[in-house]
Amino acid sequence: MTTAVETSQKAEIPPPASTVGWVGWLRENLFSSWQSTVLTLLAIWIIYLVIPPFIQWAFIDAIWTGNEAQDCKLPDGSRKDGACWIYIKAWIGGYMYGLYPYDLRWRIDLAAIAAVLMFAPLSIKNLPYKNVYGVAVVLLYPIVAYFMFYGFVDFPPGAPGSATHPWRTVQTDKWGGLALTLLIASVGIIAALPLGILLALGRRSSMPIVSTFSVVFIELWRGVPLITVLFMSSVMLPLFLPEGVNFDKLLRALIGVTMFSAAYMAEVVRGGLAAIPKGQYEGAMALGLSYPKMMTFIILPQALRYAIPNIVSNFIGLFKDTTLVAIIGMFDLLGAIQLGNADPKWLGFSIEGYAFAALLYFVFCFSMSRYSQHLERKLHTGHKKR
Amino acid sequence: MKKISVIAAGAALIAFVAGEAQAQATLDAVKKRGQVICGVSQSLPGFANPDAQGNWAGFDVDMCRAVAAAVFGDAKRVKFVPTTAKERFTALQSGEVDFLARNTTWTMSRDTQLGFDFVGINFYDGQGFMVTKKLGVKSALELKGATVCTQTGTTTEQNLADFFRANKMEYKVVAFEKNDEVLAAYDSGRCDVFTTDRSGLAADRTKLKNPNDHVILPEVISKEPLGPLVRHGDNNWGDIVRWAFFVMLNAEELGVDSKNVDEMKKSANPEIKRMLGIEGDFGKMVGLDNNWAYNVIKLVGNYAESYDRNVGPNTPIALSRGVNALWTKGGLQYAPPIR
Repeated sequence: MTTAVETSQKAEIPPPASTVGWVGWLRENLFSSWQSTVLTLLAIWIIYLVIPPFIQWAFIDAIWTGNEAQDCKLPDGSRKDGACWIYIKAWIGGYMYGLYPYDLRWRIDLAAIAAVLMFAPLSIKNLPYKNVYGVAVVLLYPIVAYFMFYGFVDFPPGAPGSATHPWRTVQTDKWGGLALTLLIASVGIIAALPLGILLALGRRSSMPIVSTFSVVFIELWRGVPLITVLFMSSVMLPLFLPEGVNFDKLLRALIGVTMFSAAYMAEVVRGGLAAIPKGQYEGAMALGLSYPKMMTFIILPQALRYAIPNIVSNFIGLFKDTTLVAIIGMFDLLGAIQLGNADPKWLGFSIEGYAFAALLYFVFCFSMSRYSQHLERKLHTGHKKR
Repeated sequence: MKKISVIAAGAALIAFVAGEAQAQATLDAVKKRGQVICGVSQSLPGFANPDAQGNWAGFDVDMCRAVAAAVFGDAKRVKFVPTTAKERFTALQSGEVDFLARNTTWTMSRDTQLGFDFVGINFYDGQGFMVTKKLGVKSALELKGATVCTQTGTTTEQNLADFFRANKMEYKVVAFEKNDEVLAAYDSGRCDVFTTDRSGLAADRTKLKNPNDHVILPEVISKEPLGPLVRHGDNNWGDIVRWAFFVMLNAEELGVDSKNVDEMKKSANPEIKRMLGIEGDFGKMVGLDNNWAYNVIKLVGNYAESYDRNVGPNTPIALSRGVNALWTKGGLQYAPPIR
């Protein structure tokens, strides 16, 4: 009698066909129970209702060639079915630059190119003096951009050359379009973060005047809607100023936006600060670090890392909130699109305009969100509690 | 004194701050500044809208240019300040703009309580109705039980209520914040009737999917006299704006336009001679030079030219002259003579 002893391991039997490959994936993820089957079918039905007509409208039936509104209409004056993208093509300059003088729009392009050139070195990994360079760029670029937007040769109205000089000044009421949106958003973002950090530290401070001031400031600005802030700055403020004193509307809006977002930023940063264990403070103090050193080298780097998702989420909110400047008579991206919708040559194509606005806002907000995830991964040191 | 006026302004939000200090001063300030600051609509097709290159055009915009032409002999020396419906009055009261040419209805409360002077009526507007042809309605009096799409918070809604109540008809309102939304709701069939001012009605009709399926009813149910306005307290400045407008009307009546104005300087007609500054010192009477009217006509055009260029039948706005025709042609536009 021989006993068969298996000396080698038997080959693994493949799992049942219904649990592998795409069939398995479907069963696992979409049809695992009758509830999810119902939801899956419902979702497919909704997608079917929405997507094909949209593609039909936006791509298949769309009108891509032509120069005037008539190209998007039938001879009897009724609309063709598809999206009229030639309207966007005709107005793209208006969307980008608003009412900025047509012959000077290259200056805004130049400012954009300067931004890319100046900020690009920051993406190099081992750049020497990176922090110094970063701070210098952040402080220097606004000045460069200001002169490109505003110009530096001031003519009295009607003087010779006042209509043609390449560096003549352009008053801020002419700034507009995507350029204005980016300007307000970036000024808000860049100025709000340091201000917010100071306010957050102030609120946690043990000095009564500093902490009272911070609390009052934060609660006051958080307590009013941004639309009210802008409206007050543009409609009420002039009534209280002496006759003839009229400071720049854009500046008023910028201050309003910055104060508003700084108050929100302060609370986000305070949340990050609260997440730092007490031992970190005690350790820093035990090393004999002064308060500023403790904050800059120990506490804030950790606190800000915790706060990144919320900070970026605030920035995205701020970016979208810039559209509110439309109510004080400035034409940001959305305002410029509404200008286009009122152009007598292109009446009746506002849906295309708004669709384009949605696309642009999505591109910007989505990139910010991706950048924040990239930052989180980069700064992840392995100590994070998961 | 300044402090007192600031406090007064704070106390009564819409207070009359301009006051005596500004009397006679606007023209000097404008000349010193080198440009006229004109409050216009943010964007209203045909009345004030910039094109894709950022150049303002429109019927109200021409009014601003006419004043600049009269003051400086240069129609380009205008700064346009786009104002919202809410902002416009504070902008004028606070001196941020020199005058408003912004589709503003002349009403008693605005003329008196808000401290403004309307200098004339450059456009007689009124509320009208648009319906689908399928409805088979010929008159607004047949709209009993209809669903009406309109904008919220405007006098349009009020006029609508008044009209239906006066005619003892029932109706339902579907109201939206923005005109585009109102129009979209009407186009998708959520209501039978679309109502707004007639100046916008024809343009709104071209925005519809099938404009030919819709008709504009003949009734006009409200008076909306639109005109430029200035602050109380500086009558000389008011005169300048008023006569810049009257020149455009008088020029049309006398057959003078931007193309023939140079020949017309040789005209024997004493009215034309006075207007173009060949005879008399009419420019000096308002503190300008005697070419003021010539400049308005040469650089901006007469009333008919401005109307046809911006809102007339050959534009997408497609408004016939109607009541805005000259009085000699059965309309209401009538300017006092220059003499």
